[in-house]
Amino acid sequence: MVRTSGGTRPGDTAAVPMRRHFRLTVPPVSGVLRPRLVAVCAALLAATFLVFCWGVSMGDVPIGLTAVMKALVGQGDPGTLLVVRELRLPRALVGLLAGVAFAVSGALFQTMTRNPLASPDMIGLTEGAGTAVVAGIVLGWDAGVGVQALGLTGALATALLVYLLAWRRGTTGYRIILVGIGLSWICTSATDFLVARGGRFQAQAALGWLVGNLNGRSFEDAVPLAVAVAVLVPATLVLGRLLRTLQLGDDVAAALGTRVQAVRLGLMLTGVGLVAFATAAAGPIAFVALAAPQIAQRLAGAAHPPPVASALTGALVVLGGDLAARMLIPGTELPVGVVTGVLGAPVLLWLLIRVNRAGSGG
Amino acid sequence: MTRAQGLRPAFLLVLLGAVLLVLCLLSIALGARGIPLDQVLRALAGHPDSRLVDNVVWTVRVPRTALGVTAGAALGLAGALMQALTRNPLADPGVLGVSAGAAFAIVFSVAVLGLGSLLGYIWFAFAGAFAAGVVVFLLGRMGRSGLTPVKLALAGIAMTSLLTSLTSAIVLTAPEALNRYRFWSAGSLADQGGETVLRVLPFVAAGALLAMACAPALNSLALGDDVAASLGRRLGLIRLQGVAAVTLLTGATVSVIGPVVFLGLVIPHAARALAERAGIGPDHRWLLPLSAMLAPCLLLAADITGRMVARPVEIQAGVLIAFLGGPFFIAMVRRRKLAEV
Repeated sequence: MVRTSGGTRPGDTAAVPMRRHFRLTVPPVSGVLRPRLVAVCAALLAATFLVFCWGVSMGDVPIGLTAVMKALVGQGDPGTLLVVRELRLPRALVGLLAGVAFAVSGALFQTMTRNPLASPDMIGLTEGAGTAVVAGIVLGWDAGVGVQALGLTGALATALLVYLLAWRRGTTGYRIILVGIGLSWICTSATDFLVARGGRFQAQAALGWLVGNLNGRSFEDAVPLAVAVAVLVPATLVLGRLLRTLQLGDDVAAALGTRVQAVRLGLMLTGVGLVAFATAAAGPIAFVALAAPQIAQRLAGAAHPPPVASALTGALVVLGGDLAARMLIPGTELPVGVVTGVLGAPVLLWLLIRVNRAGSGG
Repeated sequence: MTRAQGLRPAFLLVLLGAVLLVLCLLSIALGARGIPLDQVLRALAGHPDSRLVDNVVWTVRVPRTALGVTAGAALGLAGALMQALTRNPLADPGVLGVSAGAAFAIVFSVAVLGLGSLLGYIWFAFAGAFAAGVVVFLLGRMGRSGLTPVKLALAGIAMTSLLTSLTSAIVLTAPEALNRYRFWSAGSLADQGGETVLRVLPFVAAGALLAMACAPALNSLALGDDVAASLGRRLGLIRLQGVAAVTLLTGATVSVIGPVVFLGLVIPHAARALAERAGIGPDHRWLLPLSAMLAPCLLLAADITGRMVARPVEIQAGVLIAFLGGPFFIAMVRRRKLAEV
């Protein structure tokens, strides 16, 4: 690991000098006032809304876009209202919320570790949540505790393990990533074991869910995720303010009055919680947590993943991916995770090259 | 350690051979229907106690065991070779994307070109393994600090996830391929006939010969490129030979049992530890055969365990090995020397 004291860091865009990054981020409201960020967010919001409605309009009975928008505010004939509200809205909502949750969590971890590769789906949190949920499905525990609780336990346990195993007189970004990859392999093989162990129907349910899938989602899936997003995303935004002082280094942050350890623990927990609820509802949708914050960062021309723009990008990526998955091959419904996986892996390779070129690849 | 130094290399190989033989016998005897060892021996000698025993031993268990030995030896050799060639303790055909390349090429040729036979798609496996390996190597070398273990591993992992996503995209659009792929991709030795082993054996043997021919050159390569060159080694030629061997060994194995990860990662480390205790040191003329003997032992042990622990279903050997290999990978990453390269 190249130890840089100040100067450039692996997580910064290419090599933004620390001086410039100060000017960009220190004033408390600067993020909101930057015109480019506001424009990007507005454009993303519009695009997300459009893709959301488009997704709802698709199905066995196509519904026109205007009819969809009307139905969303409660107008239109009862048949359309029923189809939209009961069948298609939950799917689109789960997609939207999962995208937001994955992306915000990714932005958080990337900013905290100062490494774009250290997103929750690279360091095994998603797989950990997945193993716990599959264990619930296969062993029949989900009846008592609920999928969300299982996902949360799995993700928390994995996060703790990654942290402990990567710890060695401090952690370096790359050790976290490689340890996380090792852990996610263990989790994946445990999941494979459970799937092989389980009965035919449980195995099918588990496999369908494991690819990252929005098929047949109901309000039962959407509501817990909505609650989690409503609580955890604002918490992230508030704590994220404090994160900026952490970037100055622990000592400076402490001197500025930040309770460093508490803030970091709080951020970790909110990030893990978001991943866990999103995974429980939509399955481990590949690469959204990794790619969405990076796309948002580049769209906004920022030095770090901007949280709100990341959230919107995540929602757009998942909803757009689901749309593409349904339209790509008529007659078959690809799970959304396959589309995000195929599109996300090149992003990962590209990030790797970028980080390498910055000369701090480790 | 005077007693340990008494273990001569040849004795070590004989000892490992004995362990492997015992595991082979166990692999033939144990399973959904256990067969007593004396009956196994009589059936192998050509005097079976019943037609049923004869049938189970010769058409099910012997091919499965032979496949385990062949595939294990190939993966062990490939891993040892890759670690020596890249001077990277994290190298392994699974970690560096070579297996995923072979798997993707096979699935592509089966689903898109409609190839159905092993000898048809094995060439695609070689092409895929070779291309993925070379791309990962070039990606890992980019950037200022050159080729480091961590960068190479990350490039391999990125390539693996790309190829795995593409593979699952193909598989999921061809539903009839899904079920077969599910078991194949997890690395299983089950349900393979005897002729499968005979078909991949020539490729594995060719790869093994190429690998062994590399061994003296690998010893000088371990001293660094400059030293190796000044010793009169032609670096390009060694690398080409090594890559050809890895391609043959990995491609042939993946086309039969799917992309098994970690066997090639764990085994060379065990071989080096054994060699050190035997007083041989890091001599690749011994390390390669040791790896080729140790890997089938682990693969057979994993396969036998997988058959026994979850009855009536089987856990694929690849899944068990990944479960064991994960902690090993983490331990490697935690080693100071590596983490700070």
